Amino acid sequence: MEGVGINGYLAVGAVLFVCGVICMATKRNGIGVLMGVELVLNGANVNFVAFSKFGPLGLDGQIASLFVIVLAAAEAAVALAIVLNFYNNHLTIDVDRANELQG
Amino acid sequence: MELLLFTVFAAAACGGAIAVVLSQNVVRMAFYLVISLGSTAGLFFMLNADFVGATQLLIYVGGTVVLLIFGVMLTASGPFLTIKSSPGDMVQAILVGALFLGMVVVTVLQVDWDGNAAKLESRYGVSSLERPGYNQRGEGHTTRSIGAALLGARFDKDLGKNREQPSTGYLLPFEIVSVHLLVVLIGAAYLARAKRRVNVPSEF
Amino acid sequence: MMPLLATETISELLREGIDLPVFDFWDIPPIGETGALILAAIVHVALLAGFFGLPAFAGIWAERKVSARIQDRLGPTRTGGRFGWLQSLADGIKLLQKEDLWPNAADSMLFRVAPYVVVVSSFAAFLFLPFSDGWVALSLDVGLFLALAILSLEVLGIILAGYSSGSKWSLFGGMREAAQMVSYEVPLGITAVIPVLIAGSMNLNEIGRMQSGWFWNWFIFHDPFTFLAFFVFFTVTLASNKRAPFDLAEAESELVGGFHTEYSGFRWSVFFLAEYASMYFVSALGVILFLGGWWTGIAPIDNFFRASGDWRVNYLGNVLGFAVLLIKSSKLVFLQIWIRWTLPRLRIDQVMVTCLKYLVPISCFLFLGATTWSLLAPGRVAMGMKPGLGARAIEAAVETPATESEAAIVRPVDDAHVAMSDDSSMIGGAK
Repeated sequence: MEGVGINGYLAVGAVLFVCGVICMATKRNGIGVLMGVELVLNGANVNFVAFSKFGPLGLDGQIASLFVIVLAAAEAAVALAIVLNFYNNHLTIDVDRANELQG
Repeated sequence: MELLLFTVFAAAACGGAIAVVLSQNVVRMAFYLVISLGSTAGLFFMLNADFVGATQLLIYVGGTVVLLIFGVMLTASGPFLTIKSSPGDMVQAILVGALFLGMVVVTVLQVDWDGNAAKLESRYGVSSLERPGYNQRGEGHTTRSIGAALLGARFDKDLGKNREQPSTGYLLPFEIVSVHLLVVLIGAAYLARAKRRVNVPSEF
Repeated sequence: MMPLLATETISELLREGIDLPVFDFWDIPPIGETGALILAAIVHVALLAGFFGLPAFAGIWAERKVSARIQDRLGPTRTGGRFGWLQSLADGIKLLQKEDLWPNAADSMLFRVAPYVVVVSSFAAFLFLPFSDGWVALSLDVGLFLALAILSLEVLGIILAGYSSGSKWSLFGGMREAAQMVSYEVPLGITAVIPVLIAGSMNLNEIGRMQSGWFWNWFIFHDPFTFLAFFVFFTVTLASNKRAPFDLAEAESELVGGFHTEYSGFRWSVFFLAEYASMYFVSALGVILFLGGWWTGIAPIDNFFRASGDWRVNYLGNVLGFAVLLIKSSKLVFLQIWIRWTLPRLRIDQVMVTCLKYLVPISCFLFLGATTWSLLAPGRVAMGMKPGLGARAIEAAVETPATESEAAIVRPVDDAHVAMSDDSSMIGGAK
């Protein structure tokens, strides 16, 4: 059986991370930006779990990724509440319209 | 077999992520996100992290994404809402992203992971084969150890060893996260129930 | 005990090329590991797929018959002989012949994918369901957790179906479903954790094994809190299957057909295949968690089959367990149908109030109560009146020092559990 080394998993993590960053940077839809954040956190999770198997991290890596997942859920809830509030005030979730603080 | 499964899951995870970037329709983005996150859960199962994979499916895919789609529905001012991002932004972001990806991948490939693991083992004296609680035999049976570690006892490190000082558990972070979740629950409920200031058009 | 259907067992059989006891004439040549795993997977999927269609076939017929009897009608009488028992097949053939169309306003990609998301997730949940002792495709430590996680993906397909149809009825159906499911996941999870708390394992097979012996070993009779928890669990599974009185997602009288208004033909029937399959799945889950799983509840019968040295008798015992599980969960399915045709539908605000104001606090209270109970009366069953398997196993474990090194490692922290997963002590303790 041909094993997959740590490099493969780290590469997947990197792709997820970069896609998330691009998503965060380009999407004008508030919820799209949120999805980018989820992708970034997910890429980090892949790395944590990969290190927990291949590296010296042991179970700590898995526990760290559990905390990341839970906090990501909390983050999504708060961010969604903010997006809803923004929508109530502006009737859109286009984040480029959130520019009232510009002088 | 492992290679085959890895290829399938990795391709689905990366493909889903790229589709999230390229798609313009929010609900389609959510669907691709589900594919990406679900295949990542598959990768977790391949890495013998059963519990993390199950949590990923339950919380991310079953909870967070449903919440996101719910948000899309609540904020949709018309059917199949698309807010296009400008092509210039896309090109710039993809260029920068590709450069960053190249940098990360090159870095990953240059590190000698096996050599590092050997060095760490020689320094700390833990062989990867007899790492307690996470060895060949206990593969995929990490649930109980994780549960104990979240309550502050490290079976995976301490059992079978006569250590003077027990290893650090995660009781305090666990409690902090619990309180944090409660605060988030209340805060999100408070934020979302604010009164509307503008009249919403009555399409929906 | 022959855990004949666990993945590892089948793939090991194939890999090592052991000649099966029945088929002496047919020696399986050893095949490689990859081939063995793939073949084992195919065997499991084929068996499960066969089983997957059964609840829909029987359930739709039962739904029509039961509803007819409740409304003082006869229901289907002709198709396939006396009781119209081939009605489901006729319905299925009719549905397959219908034109598969999708509206212009729909997001066609999502519209076409959504039914498959639903059916795949409800099928994948069956992977973790033990049909009898050891008859489980994937015996995982996180079995229950993963089963609930995968079952919750079903909602996603329904929301996608509702949203992508491009019709306001469907959108309302999808939104209601999303709101309802996100809320009902909470009491579902909490009540499902109560048996886990008592069993000390999330492996559904081990949870089932804990309830062997007389019927007072069943978790529903473990203490007053689990007794109530079963009813809460059952109510919540009604909602999570969007069965009446919680079928707000497809409320015919207000939303035409809810999320499936725009669907027709095969894709429409796929939704119902998934609905009946997951009805059966949650019933079987309830049976395994609370109602003694595949055990008859009469200790001598179970022990006769388990303690016998002959593998044929053991196998017969497994078949009996399968039948028992089937009967028990069919009764719960019947109960679901009965409730559907008896109770009126709730309004959406009433559904939310029922969950958030009543079921969540009740299930939290029951969870705390069950925790306290197991602290006050550790290892006792039958409302605390009898010493249970757990107590005996703890005593046995204290008396006989462990020989296995790994058991010695885990022993200080989790006596009962290690002893429970050991079969020999189980049989001894079940007398």
